Amino acid sequence: MGRAVNEASGRFRPGDRVRVRFEDRPGHIRTPWYVRGKSGWVERVYGDFHNPESLAYGGDGLPTRTLYLVAFNQADVFGAAEAPKDKVLVDIYEHWLDPAA
Amino acid sequence: MSDTHGSEQALEHPKHELSYYAKRIYAIRDLLLEKGVLDEKDIQCQIEYQEARSPANGAKLVARAWTDPAFKARLIADPKAACLEMGIDATSINEFVVLENTEKVRHVVVCTLCSCYPRPILGRPPDWYKSFNYRQRAVNDPRGVMREFGLTLSDDVEVRVHDSTADIRYLVLPLRPKGTETLSQADLEKLVTRDSMIGVMDALPALPKA
Amino acid sequence: MARGHHDVGGLPGAGPVDQTEHVLSDWEILADAVNQALTARGIKRTDEMRRAREEMDSATYRDMTYYERWIASIETILIEKKILTKEEIDRRLAAFEKKWGEP
Repeated sequence: MGRAVNEASGRFRPGDRVRVRFEDRPGHIRTPWYVRGKSGWVERVYGDFHNPESLAYGGDGLPTRTLYLVAFNQADVFGAAEAPKDKVLVDIYEHWLDPAA
Repeated sequence: MSDTHGSEQALEHPKHELSYYAKRIYAIRDLLLEKGVLDEKDIQCQIEYQEARSPANGAKLVARAWTDPAFKARLIADPKAACLEMGIDATSINEFVVLENTEKVRHVVVCTLCSCYPRPILGRPPDWYKSFNYRQRAVNDPRGVMREFGLTLSDDVEVRVHDSTADIRYLVLPLRPKGTETLSQADLEKLVTRDSMIGVMDALPALPKA
Repeated sequence: MARGHHDVGGLPGAGPVDQTEHVLSDWEILADAVNQALTARGIKRTDEMRRAREEMDSATYRDMTYYERWIASIETILIEKKILTKEEIDRRLAAFEKKWGEP
């Protein structure tokens, strides 16, 4: 399992709007399907971790990736929300994120 | 070959009635011991470690946080250190985040991809947490799930669902129930259910005095 | 590349959450302990176990119980790492079954 190896050195800061990449590739992916292609914003920067996509195949998990807590409005992810303020928050690695407008 | 089980409550089935994979773990264990990959102590240690972990640990943290604002601040800022203060061994948790509920915000925790859970604090997750129905619906129907657990919230409360997809493990700090000002910490702990620390329900209400 | 069978967040058709809990059987406690012990010894990583479950046959994945999936993954990883072979597990199991008696 990965562990934060140092303070965040990544490109995003809390408040930055981001879009999750819509990639469809094999391997051990920890970015759930339901947020792929969706836009949200960075809530927290968790630090750098070993990459699970590599660890899962006996790799060393390097280079490390910055992990973010990314928040989304329910309605933006699922098209509807029972209540307007509801959100879903996902821990996503930097290589799955692009800046969004 | 004796079976290692520490729990009084574990169910023992006649071995020949077990399913294919259930039987295989006995063969796997036997071979691992024979080859020196593991020893009996490794296995027994894990059984005991797991048995020492239960929602009671989380309840202690929550009850103390409710009565001691400085501790609450420390719990939120550095949950592992706060656990150490309380004599709770959280060293094997990689990263630990405490999510504080308020009148206006409720948090719910799920692992849609598998069943990640703060085991070092709360012990094993309940079956329902690992179920497909929960993993599917917690993210897009959290209020529906909460209603099943007896909690209905108004629209002006924000529900924040955390999907633990990485190494962060989340614990919900439930709201302190009203009318509990005179309760002892031990009595407060009884109101903190496991499910309230997952976030699908609030803590139990204080029982009305007779 | 289809969405993995484990990647179930937001999928439609889910029913009520069944809140009944079951007391763990001996074999489940053992599976849990062996899994944790192998990780504690650095023999395997949790990421590998997850990946093994994801690579399972989808129908099998849905039909197995939680700890059965763990046991299947433990076996897959141990074989992958050449710590055990399927044949020796089969042989040891056959020996146990003789001892346990057939149903």
